[in-house]
Parts: sequence; structure tokens; C-alpha cells
Amino acid sequence: MTPEFQKDIYYHMALARAVDDRMWILNRQGRAPVVYSSNGHEAAQVGSAFALNRGEDWIVPYYRDLALVLAYGMTPREVMLHLLGKAEDPNSGGRQMPAHWGLHRLHIMTTGSVVATQDIHAAGLALASKVLKDGRVSVAYFGEGSTSQGEFHEALNFASVHKLPVIFFCENNGYAISVPARKQMAVMDVAARASGYGMPGVIVDGNDPLKVYEVTKLARERALAGDGPTLIEAKTYRFVPHSSDDDDRVYRSREEVAEWKKRDPLVTFEKYLLDNQILSSEELTAMQQKIKDAVNDATDYAEKAALPDPSTLGLYVYHQ
Amino acid sequence: MAVMTYLEAIRETLRQELRRDDRMIIYGEDVGVRGGVFRVTEGLQAEFGEDRVIDSPLAEAAIVGTAIGAAINGLRPVPEIEFADFIFPAINQIVQEAARIRYRSNGDFGVPLVIRAPFGGGVHGALYHSQSVEALFAHVPGLKVVIPGTPYDAKGLLASAIQDEDPVLYFEHKAAYRSLKGEVPDERYLIPIGKADVKRQGNDLSIITYGLMVSYAQRAAETLEKEGISVEILDLRSIRPLDGEAILETAKKTGKVLIVHEDNLTGGIGGEVSALIAEHALFYLDAPIVRLAGPDVPAMPYSPPLEHAFMVTPDKIAEASRNLAKF
Ligand SMILES: Cc1ncc(C[n+]2csc(CCOP(=O)(O)OP(=O)(O)O)c2C)c(N)n1
Ligand SMILES: [Mg+2]
Repeated sequence: MTPEFQKDIYYHMALARAVDDRMWILNRQGRAPVVYSSNGHEAAQVGSAFALNRGEDWIVPYYRDLALVLAYGMTPREVMLHLLGKAEDPNSGGRQMPAHWGLHRLHIMTTGSVVATQDIHAAGLALASKVLKDGRVSVAYFGEGSTSQGEFHEALNFASVHKLPVIFFCENNGYAISVPARKQMAVMDVAARASGYGMPGVIVDGNDPLKVYEVTKLARERALAGDGPTLIEAKTYRFVPHSSDDDDRVYRSREEVAEWKKRDPLVTFEKYLLDNQILSSEELTAMQQKIKDAVNDATDYAEKAALPDPSTLGLYVYHQ
Repeated sequence: MAVMTYLEAIRETLRQELRRDDRMIIYGEDVGVRGGVFRVTEGLQAEFGEDRVIDSPLAEAAIVGTAIGAAINGLRPVPEIEFADFIFPAINQIVQEAARIRYRSNGDFGVPLVIRAPFGGGVHGALYHSQSVEALFAHVPGLKVVIPGTPYDAKGLLASAIQDEDPVLYFEHKAAYRSLKGEVPDERYLIPIGKADVKRQGNDLSIITYGLMVSYAQRAAETLEKEGISVEILDLRSIRPLDGEAILETAKKTGKVLIVHEDNLTGGIGGEVSALIAEHALFYLDAPIVRLAGPDVPAMPYSPPLEHAFMVTPDKIAEASRNLAKF
């Protein structure tokens, strides 16, 4: 892995954190009604994205995946247009709630809010890839809570029976809103589910982007070789409430959050890059400036952009 | 008697019913420790324990399916679906099982079950946190669909739903939770399911509606009163069963009917109400029936101008009423 590659991973993690921080500020100022965050999940999302043929392989994200879509090529402007529900929002033209990604251009599948529905879509995208032999892999992203849904299990089973080129990527942050993982499942690891469907289940430190990259790369190779799906479980943590409407103090202690914060993927990866002279402090400063400029530009651009015209309400119910 | 919000009325009824009947349990996503994403069940787990107020796995089919089993084996489950938009994974259990069990067993089994779910829009909820799903269920014999429009009704209807021997869907409008306030008696009382309520007497036209739209219609009626238009408001309170008698009575009285719902127009309950009137009260009418409803697009968009264009508002109700009154 080249230094440039590692720096690029870091850049996208830091970019995501900065965009995320700005979204919360806009929310607190009353300029963005709702925010869903990838804060804490950046290593899992960016590390896995970098193992894919970005823009070509399909990703099927969920609302947690801001860092993922940025790493996949969505621009900060596009993210901010989406956040503020502007007409130019390429994800939905302002129709969907923030963090409901979807961009055909980049092979980011459109997604709703209903958890686990996307797992089956990833299998379906992969079914087409198998038939069409298009060399694409599909990756479904989802939280551990959503693995309680029947559709998650149906997706794994279908994909494994047909050896589809798909990866099921679980971002296990230990909570589904307030509900801890131990009330979600009677096993310790989501990865344990895999054996019941005849596929490998891999656990990875979701706060280490390079480890996530490695396991995702292997899973991709396996998928392309025709050996079928892999279930990856990235253990991670979200540092902020579930959404801007949530108050996480009710269900998790400040000590627990602080403990995880010690392993903030952005901080630890930055330290790794600096300690190993992969990144110099001058480069870091320049990168931070570039990110700041990008976030400011995106915010300004999106705030000035037009809202959708009410007369467009009835468009695209059907093909036109 | 205390003044309560719609949300508090629901919470206090749940508390009262849990105290009254040891067989009642509540469960769903985030309802325990968190007290629900809207705080409807706040404090209930602390009072009644983890066996009676249960944080369930994130699986709606399992929530409703287990509730059916539990109900048949002697409990009174009152599960919550976190948002009405997420009731669809459970539709198989609700429509194919809960609704059909009494009929298919020739009366041998029954499913006393209340499914509570917040619904409705105007709260920046976008496509998947704004839906009105009631008409889908109103189509299904075997279910009852209750939608209170005031804190007082919320209490009496919920108590009746919990006492009911059949599956009841109890939909709570999110925008009503904190915006609607009213007097609610401390003691338990029952409002029969299937009885509509005249919320305002009037002579020039009738607005037939339910849920949040009752209060919107009231606001419109106050405006119209100043313009010399006298509006009667019939709150359906349940859309299955529908109170046909009350519908015909108000239609015959004023001769002009405006039906209002946030749910989309086509296949909405307005169609059923107007069919009843057309069948049984046509010659009492002085004007064609008017329906004011959400537009026929798949769900409510996020961006404020689009959301506003979708929502039925007091202004839109007043405007439709004026036109009807003029006819
Ligand atoms: C079918 C369905 N039920 C309920 C919800 C409401 N809801 C949104 S996110 C969420 C928790 C998801 O937790 P998890 O899958 O662990 O993902 P995380 O947010 O922790 O990344 C719930 C219950 C939903 N979106 N879809
Ligand atoms: Mg989670």
C-alpha cells in the first residue's frame, strides 16, 4: 500500500468528520432540521470503500454512511445540497431526509429508511452481475440492529445459495438507537450468523482503516472468483447521538463514550501516519486547510442553492 | 381533571391500564430504557419492570407475530411500531394472521392486541417518517383502525382498544403529540370504538375528518365563522368500523360535505365516506361531495416547499370550505 493511498484514506476520513461537524453546527443553528452522522465510523467506511473499484462496484449504503459516500466520490457540495433539501441535491432533489444516499453515476444505490431492505437489493445487484459477468461486486452496508430483520437473513441465504458476488458489511456500533446489541441478539458477534448460511464471517477492528481495507479486499477477491458472499463485521462505535433528535445520555454512560473516544479512528490513524513518517505535519496542515475550504465552499454553495419548486411535487411518480 | 397533551394522555392511559391489568405488556423498539423515540412510554419500564415494558429486537414481523402468540396465550400485548412507516415488515402478521384468526378458526381463537404507531407528516420526516397508512388497514375486515383527534379521545379510545377482544391499530399523529392539549379526566373511561363524534355544530356545511385534521378543521371553522360560514365537524375517531349513521346524519343536516384527510386521495377513506353518502343520502345534498386529501405521490417529501405543498393545512381546509359554501 503506497503512502499516497494511505494519505488518501486519511483525507477522506478527515473530510467526512469535518463535513459531519459542520452538519451538526447547521442543525444547532436551526438551518438543518435533521442530521445523521458517520462520526466514529469513518475507518470502517473509508477503509472498505478503498478496497472496492470505486464508482464501478455497487455500494448499497444506509443513513450512517456519510464517510462511505464521500470516499466513493460524492462531493461535499452534493452532500450539503442533500442535507439542506435543495433542488440540486443529486440524491433525491430534496425529497429524501438527509443521509438517504443514492447516486446512479457512482453506483451508489438509492436507499430508503426501512432497515435491512438494502441487504436484499445488494444481493439482487450481484445476481445481475453474475448473469451479466460485468465484473462488479456489490456491498450492502448496515448496522447490527438491522440484522434482527428477516430480510437480512433472507439476503444472506439467497446470496450464498447462488454464490453471488456480494459483501455484507456490518457496522457494529453496539447500539440500535438506544437498544444495546445484547438485547438484539443472543450471540456476541454478528459474524457468527454467517456459518448458518454457509459463508465466511469475518470480524475486524472497525476503527483501523487498513485492517478493514485488507478484509474487504479479500472478500472482494472471493466474490469475483465465484466463491460467493462474505459477511464482514466491523466493530466500531458512534461518538454522537443516533441523530440530532436523539439524546444518548439516557442509554449509555459518558465513561463508555470516553473510553471509545480514546480509540477515535481519526486520531489513531493520524498518529500512525505521522509516527511512521507517511504524512508530515506540513502535509497535514495543508490537508486540513483544503478540507476547511471544501466544507466552507460546500456550505456556501448549498445555502445559496434554490429549494425545489412546489410544482415539481408530482413529478416522477411514474416514468416520464 | 388535568390539562394534558395528546402524548401525555396516551402515556397516562398506558400507565393506568398497566396498573389495572397484570396481563398487559408493552414492547417494541426503544420503548424501555429510552421511553420510546417520542417518549410516549417514558418512565413505564421504571415503574413496571423489564418483563412488562420490553425493549425488543429491531424486527416488526417478530414484534407483531409474538404479540399474536402472547395474546392467544393470555396476555394483553400493546406493542409499539416505532413509526407507522415501519409497520410494513409486519403486514403479513397483521393482515394474514391477526385479522383472519377469529374468522378462520370459526370463533375458536381471538387476538386481543393493540398496535400503537405514530403516523403523519409535517415534521420534516420525509418519505419514511411521515406516512399515513390507515387506509391500507381500513380495507381489511377483522381489524379495527382507531385514530384519536384530541387528548380526551386519545385516552378513552385507547382504554377501549386495550379492552377490545380483537386486533386494533391505534394511530397517533406525531404533530399532535405536543401541539394538542386538552382536559383529560383522571379516572378511567371508555369511548366506544365505531362511534363518531360531532366536535362542532354547524349548519352550512359538514367537514368529516379524523386525527390531527380535526384540530385543523376546528381552526378553519373559527376563521369561517367570522366570515359568516357555519361549519359542522364530524370526527370519525375510527375509520374501521366507520360510523355510517353519524356520517349520514351530518350530511343530511347541512347538505354539503367536505371530507378531509392527510392520507392520499385515491383509495383513501374519503372515497368510502362519499360512497356511503351517495348511496344513502344523495337527495339531501345541495352540492357535490368534496374531498381534500394528500396528493397521489408515493410519500411526503422532505424539503420544506414540497412538504408544505403536500400537507393539508387549516388554510387549505378553509379555502375548500369557502368554495363549497358558495356552491
Ligand atoms: C424496519 C425499520 N424499523 C425501525 C426503524 C427505525 N430505526 C431507524 S435506525 C434504527 C436503529 C438501527 O440500528 P443499527 O442497525 O444498529 O444501525 P446504527 O444506527 O446503529 O448504525 C431504528 C430502529 C427503521 N428505520 N426501519
Ligand atoms: Mg448499531
